[in-house]
Amino acid sequence: MLSICSPVSQAKGMATDSAAITVEDLRKTYGETHAVDGVDLEVAPGEIFALLGPNGAGKTTTVEILEGFRHRDAGTVDVLGTDPGRPTAAWRSRIGIVLQTTGGHDELTVEELVRHFARYYPNARDPGEVIDAVGLDDKRRTRARHLSGGQRRRLDVALGILGRPELLFLDEPTTGFDPEARREFWDLIESLAGGGTTIILTTHYLDEAEHLADRVGVIAAGQIVAIDAPQLLGGRADSDATVGWSEDGERRTIVTAEPTRIVKELAARFDAEIPGLEISRPTLEDVYLRLIGAAGPTNGAAQT
Amino acid sequence: MTTRTSQPVVTGGSAKSAPSALALGGYRTALEVKTFFREKDALIFSFLFPIIMLGIFSVVFGGEESAMGGGGPEIDFTQYFLPGMIAAGIFLVSFQTLAITIALERDDGTLKRLRGTPMPPVSYFLGKIGMVLVTAVAQTFLLLAYAALIYRVELPTEPSRWFTFAWVFVLGTAAGTVLGIAYSSVPKSGRSAPAVVTTPVLILQFISGVFFVYSDLPTWLQHIAAIFPLKWMAQGMRSVFLPPEFEAAEVSGSWQHGLTAIVLIVWLIVGLVLCVRTFRWQRRDAG
Repeated sequence: MLSICSPVSQAKGMATDSAAITVEDLRKTYGETHAVDGVDLEVAPGEIFALLGPNGAGKTTTVEILEGFRHRDAGTVDVLGTDPGRPTAAWRSRIGIVLQTTGGHDELTVEELVRHFARYYPNARDPGEVIDAVGLDDKRRTRARHLSGGQRRRLDVALGILGRPELLFLDEPTTGFDPEARREFWDLIESLAGGGTTIILTTHYLDEAEHLADRVGVIAAGQIVAIDAPQLLGGRADSDATVGWSEDGERRTIVTAEPTRIVKELAARFDAEIPGLEISRPTLEDVYLRLIGAAGPTNGAAQT
Repeated sequence: MTTRTSQPVVTGGSAKSAPSALALGGYRTALEVKTFFREKDALIFSFLFPIIMLGIFSVVFGGEESAMGGGGPEIDFTQYFLPGMIAAGIFLVSFQTLAITIALERDDGTLKRLRGTPMPPVSYFLGKIGMVLVTAVAQTFLLLAYAALIYRVELPTEPSRWFTFAWVFVLGTAAGTVLGIAYSSVPKSGRSAPAVVTTPVLILQFISGVFFVYSDLPTWLQHIAAIFPLKWMAQGMRSVFLPPEFEAAEVSGSWQHGLTAIVLIVWLIVGLVLCVRTFRWQRRDAG
């Protein structure tokens, strides 16, 4: 697993200081729909940035513009010093993309595919090491057709990281994973980030965003409605806490801005362990649902 | 999990460059050929189909002598239908195979994935062309060997006939390839691709002198068939493998080599223009 941590090539020294991604007033319209309606964004090199949002909020459109798959209608975009509206092979060799859709190449084996894709990159990782790193070493000679959904996704990731990308896009990478596979996948992503790779993650799993991301952006109705560290998003850390305990066979809760004072009082009253003590702040999910709910009725309609 | 310590720098060797677009085209050809021979559908319905059909024709009409030239030399049915099967085979492994597989690759995201890599787009097309050439040569060789060894069909010996064979083969393969790539955009989904592609191809085979004697068809049907390349490929192959006396039995009374070359070149150009204008790396609904 650790062999994958070898850092990205930092030959282009200028890229280390400036942002990996800069987006200003990005807009994209389909007919009457403003899919992306003035997005501003800056992602630092080495950062894991998670983009959250309901289906139809403009998440995929934004990411696909950054990946060079779609053209924007307005705004400026800079990805690793290049305008993705005019992608070059040299630029493509510096980014890795794990698409949302998985499939294709059904009749080729894991090893054949990884070896073949390695030829596309000027300084590819060792195919065998990459196969080991994503945990497919016992599936080397298995054709893609016969892989399980989770194994297939790991193959997608293997192909995405082959070229030692400085920037890796992961579009809902762990859909269909069991909890153990998800943990292993998180470890892999963290080891890549440890090697200096910038990672853009979209996901529907808020625990995944909370676990992995340095910062989270919430997009709703084509606009970024909040952007912060997952622990701070939407004023989460300053929100009132809920203190709960058990007393006289009943569950008691107090919502308070001063949980410490409440706990002190309780401690004095019980003069022992406070039965069933729990202090909680709003979860990322609570904050997220509040944020996308506040973004207006259009967004609610777009949710599926 | 939170330690993002910078790892010891393991340099990946000196800065290498990726192989050239041409070399990658070669690697893609190897990959495409491998995939082609692993897919049972393509193998049976494109590669082996003409050989199976020739076998059936030989069994059904086996031993019957045919005097197609009307008093000319008598030849076996197998020999008569061999050129049509060669032409159909070329058309199947170029047009039909590419139209179906590229439609499927567009639908399942293979094309999008490739577009997201630094692979030069031209390498993808070189791989497809390479695959068509390898499979077309192998298929034609098998058809000729099958006809010559099992049915004792006498193959031509004159260099001029093999020269005709060569240019009809090359132009037919090239036209079928570019038209197949262009037609891959017609099916609305990957699932509908096999039906949307094989049906017109099957009809073309029936009206282009592959399964029936072309001059026996109604005139209006001949006119329709003459618009499309397969009729000209079959006619060109007949001029290679049938005795010279059969030229008089053609509708025009001639092998029409000049017109054959012109029609195939026009289709080649039309196909190229369509490819450049319409080829997409993503599904249409990916908007």
